[in-house]
Amino acid sequence: MYGNDFSAPDGATDEAPGGLLGEVEAAEAELRAAAARGRRGGPAPDEDLAAYFAEVVDAEQKIEPRDWMPDAYRRTLIRQIAQHAHSEIIGMQPEGNWISRAPSLKRKAILLAKVQDEAGHGLYLYAAAETLGISRDELVQLLLEGRQKYSSIFNYPTLSWADMGAIGWLVDGAAIVNQVPLCRCSYGPYARAMIRVCKEESFHQRQGYEILHTLAHGTPAQQAMAQDAVDRWWYPSLAMFGPPDGDSTHSAQSMAWKIKRFSNDDLRQRFVDMCVQQAEILGLRIPDADLRWNDERQAYDYTQPDYDELMQVISGNGPCNRERMAHRRAAHADGTWVREAAAAYAAKRAGQKETVAA
Amino acid sequence: MNGPFDFTLALADDALIAAQRLAEWTTRAPEMEEDIALANIALDQLGAARLLLSYAGELEGAGRDEDALAYLRDDREFRNALLVELPNDDFAVTMAKLFFLAAYQLPLYTALAGCADERLAAIGAKARKESTYHLDHGALWVKRLGDGTEESHRRMQAAVDQVWPYTHELFAADPAAPVDPATVRPAFDEVVGPVLAEATLTQPDSAWAPAGGRAGVHTEHLAYLLAEMQVLHRAHPGAKW
Repeated sequence: MYGNDFSAPDGATDEAPGGLLGEVEAAEAELRAAAARGRRGGPAPDEDLAAYFAEVVDAEQKIEPRDWMPDAYRRTLIRQIAQHAHSEIIGMQPEGNWISRAPSLKRKAILLAKVQDEAGHGLYLYAAAETLGISRDELVQLLLEGRQKYSSIFNYPTLSWADMGAIGWLVDGAAIVNQVPLCRCSYGPYARAMIRVCKEESFHQRQGYEILHTLAHGTPAQQAMAQDAVDRWWYPSLAMFGPPDGDSTHSAQSMAWKIKRFSNDDLRQRFVDMCVQQAEILGLRIPDADLRWNDERQAYDYTQPDYDELMQVISGNGPCNRERMAHRRAAHADGTWVREAAAAYAAKRAGQKETVAA
Repeated sequence: MNGPFDFTLALADDALIAAQRLAEWTTRAPEMEEDIALANIALDQLGAARLLLSYAGELEGAGRDEDALAYLRDDREFRNALLVELPNDDFAVTMAKLFFLAAYQLPLYTALAGCADERLAAIGAKARKESTYHLDHGALWVKRLGDGTEESHRRMQAAVDQVWPYTHELFAADPAAPVDPATVRPAFDEVVGPVLAEATLTQPDSAWAPAGGRAGVHTEHLAYLLAEMQVLHRAHPGAKW
């Protein structure tokens, strides 16, 4: 029913971003169809709210902000959407690192626009989280105090221009594989936000792929730069799907609530299968000597990422955790006087209007 | 300056260096909305720079494209006004630079849109619309900061005092150019005076008018900006990106 590009290797070409986009469009159509079907009326006065909630979720209808929902469902969504928003904001840093040095004006414009898109995604996701009864300021505070996380991948450094390609191809690629199922999340505002985000992400992935393609077909130094970037970003990208299914603490409940649709390992497998042929077209080597097609499983066997390293990065000991947080805190602190001025100016204006009205 | 090539290059370099400075704010702005707004303005400036550089390359007829002009010239060959190369400093200085630049670019591009050179006229018509937004944005922040808190007022006045002397260079007379910059000074003054007054700021009365950018004699800051901007491109001569 959806574009199924990633399950079979022969479909996994550079067409894949389009195929993922097909899934996003299918999710959008499904959302419209669900809205057109209409939900049954609200719960009867004496009806069990939990049963009503379960019924709406089971019927593939969307939960909306004013609906009753279990506290744990609300908490889970706030945590997940906020982490996602924080990831967009912190994720601007590794790519922002190369805007000033982009090697052509065209690439500079594309990269600047991409980083700007990420800020937009962050704002859009904070707004989705706010529908659950928490403010953006509170969430930003939780990030700054280190009480909420962002995706660990952004704690790795961007050491060369080719990292802009590898981030687009691998990191955005992994993000899309993760996020496409979220377009069908049971919580309406999140599902709608993800549809919009995924459409732009698939454009980003294509751009990254194109950067790598250009480098891989360039001078020997450019080819080496591209391979080095893939070597460094491959395993951290695999780790983006989270711990193996057996160790994942949130998965089962999130599946039941239809927040999550596929397990970490299923999504990781999809990603690997999608990347193998793309790497061949790029002319770049995936740094895994044990990567091979398994006819029985109809999928690639591959080496798992280093989950101990992932846990270290999550706990704050990645190469750039401290820098990323220090950068965000400094930007926030340096902007305090500006935000205060804007608030004071707005208050004066409001006062003047009242005076005029009186 | 001398003829349409120098004039076009000067406009291009103003836009390019302004874009490079504005883009430095990415991930550092006081609000997320402002991060997006500054990136927007940087993208507009970069877009104008690319059109102007490409055209300058054609006028020159020596086979230099936008990247050759952006990445392979040294600081003495850049023709931007000093105003745009000044470091960002704090947000007030950045807004003073943005406001004054937009108050100059808007009437300049507007006049350019009606000039005899069709290519420049088309670029002016496009860039004029963008400059209108830049001017609105800069003016709003100058007012917010000037008439905000005591601290923001102090910073905004200091920023205006610091940047103001560099505005004079923008209007150096060039009667042979497609648009003589001296002719847009009245439009600049008409916009700037009332905004500063509304912002409760004092227009500086300084006779100091640093210049030299149009002749390729810059501040110490430009060479560092270019070193960073050009480093990767120059490290791989002839490579495609």
